[in-house]
Amino acid sequence: MQNKIEELLHEPLVVINVGLKGFAESLEQQEVEVVQIDWVPPAGGDPEMIDLLERLL
Amino acid sequence: MATGFIVRKNQYYDSVFLMGVNNRLSQIQGVQQTAVLMASEKNKELLVNFGLHGEEIESAQPNDLIVTVIAETPQIVETVLANLDQALISQEASAPASHLHSLEEGLVEKPFANLAAFSIPGEYVYREAMKALEANLNVFIFSSNVPLEEELKLKQFASEHKLLVMGPDCGTSILGGVGIGFANVVRNGTIGVIGPSGTGLQEFTSQVHNAGYGISHAFGTGSHDLSDEIGGVTTLMALDALETDEQTEVIAIVAKPPGQKTLHHLVARLKNCTRPVVACFLGTPPEDVNTNSGILWARMIDDAVLSAIQVSGKRESTPGIQLTETEHGLARQTRAKWSSEQCYLRGLLAGGTFCHQSQQILLEAGIEVYSNAPLKPQYKLTHPDHSYKHTLIDMGDDAYTLGKPHPMIDGTMRKQRILAESYDPSVAILLLDFILGYNASMDPVGELLDAIVEAKQRMQQHAGDLAVVASICGTQEDPQELDLQAKLLQEAGVILFHSNAKASLFCCELLKPAKEV
Amino acid sequence: MDIKHKIEIANEEATRRLISGDPVLVDIAPAGEVIPGLEGRMITHSGPPIKWQRMCGAQQGAIIGQVLYEGWADSFDEAKSLLDKGSIRLEPNHHHQTVGPMAGTISPSAPVWVVENKSFGNRAFCRQVEGRQQFGDYSPEALASLHQWRDVWGPTLRKALLKMGGLELKTIITQALQMGDELHNRHSASSSLFSNAMAVAMAEAEILRESAVPTLKYITRHNLIFLGLAMACGKAIADPASNIEYSTVVTAMARNGTEFGIRISGLGEAWFTAPAPVVDGLYLPGYTAEDAGLDMGDSAITETVGWGAFTLGGAPGILALVGGTPEEAIAYTREMKKITTKAHPTYLMPALGFAGISIGIDIRKVVQTNLTPIIDTAIAHKDPGYPIIGAGLVRAPMECFKQALIAFGQRYNSQ
Repeated sequence: MQNKIEELLHEPLVVINVGLKGFAESLEQQEVEVVQIDWVPPAGGDPEMIDLLERLL
Repeated sequence: MATGFIVRKNQYYDSVFLMGVNNRLSQIQGVQQTAVLMASEKNKELLVNFGLHGEEIESAQPNDLIVTVIAETPQIVETVLANLDQALISQEASAPASHLHSLEEGLVEKPFANLAAFSIPGEYVYREAMKALEANLNVFIFSSNVPLEEELKLKQFASEHKLLVMGPDCGTSILGGVGIGFANVVRNGTIGVIGPSGTGLQEFTSQVHNAGYGISHAFGTGSHDLSDEIGGVTTLMALDALETDEQTEVIAIVAKPPGQKTLHHLVARLKNCTRPVVACFLGTPPEDVNTNSGILWARMIDDAVLSAIQVSGKRESTPGIQLTETEHGLARQTRAKWSSEQCYLRGLLAGGTFCHQSQQILLEAGIEVYSNAPLKPQYKLTHPDHSYKHTLIDMGDDAYTLGKPHPMIDGTMRKQRILAESYDPSVAILLLDFILGYNASMDPVGELLDAIVEAKQRMQQHAGDLAVVASICGTQEDPQELDLQAKLLQEAGVILFHSNAKASLFCCELLKPAKEV
Repeated sequence: MDIKHKIEIANEEATRRLISGDPVLVDIAPAGEVIPGLEGRMITHSGPPIKWQRMCGAQQGAIIGQVLYEGWADSFDEAKSLLDKGSIRLEPNHHHQTVGPMAGTISPSAPVWVVENKSFGNRAFCRQVEGRQQFGDYSPEALASLHQWRDVWGPTLRKALLKMGGLELKTIITQALQMGDELHNRHSASSSLFSNAMAVAMAEAEILRESAVPTLKYITRHNLIFLGLAMACGKAIADPASNIEYSTVVTAMARNGTEFGIRISGLGEAWFTAPAPVVDGLYLPGYTAEDAGLDMGDSAITETVGWGAFTLGGAPGILALVGGTPEEAIAYTREMKKITTKAHPTYLMPALGFAGISIGIDIRKVVQTNLTPIIDTAIAHKDPGYPIIGAGLVRAPMECFKQALIAFGQRYNSQ
């Protein structure tokens, strides 16, 4: 089985794009399978909650 | 043939819905007939026709669901009934997808993903990228401002798990012909390239394409990968990947000068590379590096392109880049239009690598040049907004992009700076770069054109002329179309080159007599 | 087994219990006869615990109305002085297996819906839903409907119901969700289905015309008659999901007009509260946002079990009342999927491709996504003495979910 880096070179890309929508759109233009994530900071960016969630979720 | 049924107490559905379920169940392979209905008296009579009767069905109430399956084997009957819930709720899958807001949701959506790309605030990158690595995904990180220790941890984890981390602060990669991030549309070919900088890779790949050759893969590694803190983890892994890639015949590395320790380590690895290697670290390699090691050294990106083409095209070596006679003539004519006051160069560059390479070329020509991103500390501008003598500004520097779009995406900041420079009567040359490709501004020239024309006019009113020297990085296949953008510049009287190095050399030529005076 | 795994298993169990809830209306009886612990001069109210002095205007008005209704006082002043002295016991409905709309006040002689969850054998109670006294209006006209309910409508329905032997509500809920109800502020379908069932039952019970006609008029013209039932169902469904060790599933959301409170399965009886939020609403003629009190009522029990604004996308008819566009409504419904554990297998929304409603609010997901539950609700006046003044949408405050998560971490993370 080829490792994931080789897959990157030789297999069709399947991309999870987290953030800038344009990146996903340009991949779509190139007929790449991509899912766009309109990312938002976890816990609204509250560091105490982020730490807690790290352990609980 | 086998028959089976299940009664679900008090599980009400309307008949139209159940027809859909019935339809889905009957399409399962091996299923001959199904009946999915509420246990009304009428429906129970229907079931008798199926050959179904008995206490359990008799006692079923109108709110109870009965599902009957006739199939080729008892196993199929059992499986269908056991997975009934799926058929009952599978309608949901056909509901349009909602907006996704987390990596986890993406992983559910694309379980076979092989790459996660991140462009999110740097402080969140470690956590999110680590989750992607733990899910066995390669990672491309456009985000900057990721602490070096976090970058190192991500890269070490990736290295242990045979995954690649491109970035942080990685603008460009081209993998199997697919451009990720800020990438130009280039031909597929035999030249592989690795580089920490997006614009460096864009310049290299575009020039290879424009010379009629092609790229196998271009790996962005992130602007800190070759620092001694990181030690080139990704560069070395990308090198391994290209070395074993059948399509790749020659490997180029295009980078600003690496950290001292990392450079030695890297050179040792390059020497043992089974493919020809072209190394361009923008400038002459340090004296303690053994350059006599089979590595083809290049001082500028253009040289690297030529070397790579020569190796892959098995061509005779051609002389390094230099200006033509016509260009020398053009330089003389241009100088002749300047007023007596005009003597300084102002470069406003969107590409960080271009700002570096231009400085390098000017310094090598003996021209002192100040910058917000200087090659030597003595040339640091006291304030990036105030040009001093010859000045080259990296307009993509953090100071300019904090909370504002990068000049590759939006020309507003550069436009304002062009106009500001035009009020300084000592300015003779304006050096610009235009970067095309995916995700860049759809009309980078158009955004600055008015300002360029206005700046030139202002200088002409003062009995001089502003020499606007520009380079375009891109290809005709790019969404912006190289020829269209070039035409706009030429019509505005801009002196245009298809490489930043050549534009910089031309600036040196323009400045020669001024220096000699 | 690591804590994350334990939480997953506990939440799965909590969700299983929520999904298998099977509510049946078994009685309509005076609160004092059926509600455990409701005795003597005592009134239960909506929301987390609160002292008389801190209650908002509408809740104070409703409690005064309840005192007058019981005949414990003859005037506003007399009632107020009883309450000021603390001679009337005030406790939250939720501490007595009970819920109540808006101010939510319940006193011993008032008939309540008695709903039994057949899967678990537990009972829950809810008071009558009307448009005046529960909003803080204590006028004689406002109290008239309470008297009618006690003297005519309640007993008549009870007689018919007992003769019928109870009424299964899961079927009505399932159908109503498919007919455009969201079971918090839109009950057009469920109320009709309920009235149909009761009309037949009343005929079969041979109710005399003088009781039957006014009662039929009442239930057929009251398009929120089912809200009290839906709330009792919600409470009956949610209670068995309580007290599961390690579960982060929300088992109650309730507001008293001063505070918004939630309870978490794995954290027992504790309330996690934050100031009650402002409702983004539409107002009846003569009222504006200036007049509005803060979010109030136990009716968010419907959202707790996946109805109400969670199901807004399937109930576009409600938008005329609470505002917003159908697209926004669908977006809200989809959003709630992100903070819940599962889709309900039988409560489906045709408008969303028969997607199951989202159930099992997980406080971890709420905090992680920074999305709190959405609730559609009626609006009371900020001062005592007014009927309903509007309706709208409100988000549960994030603060109580964060507090709950911290408490959860303290309780379980060290183990």
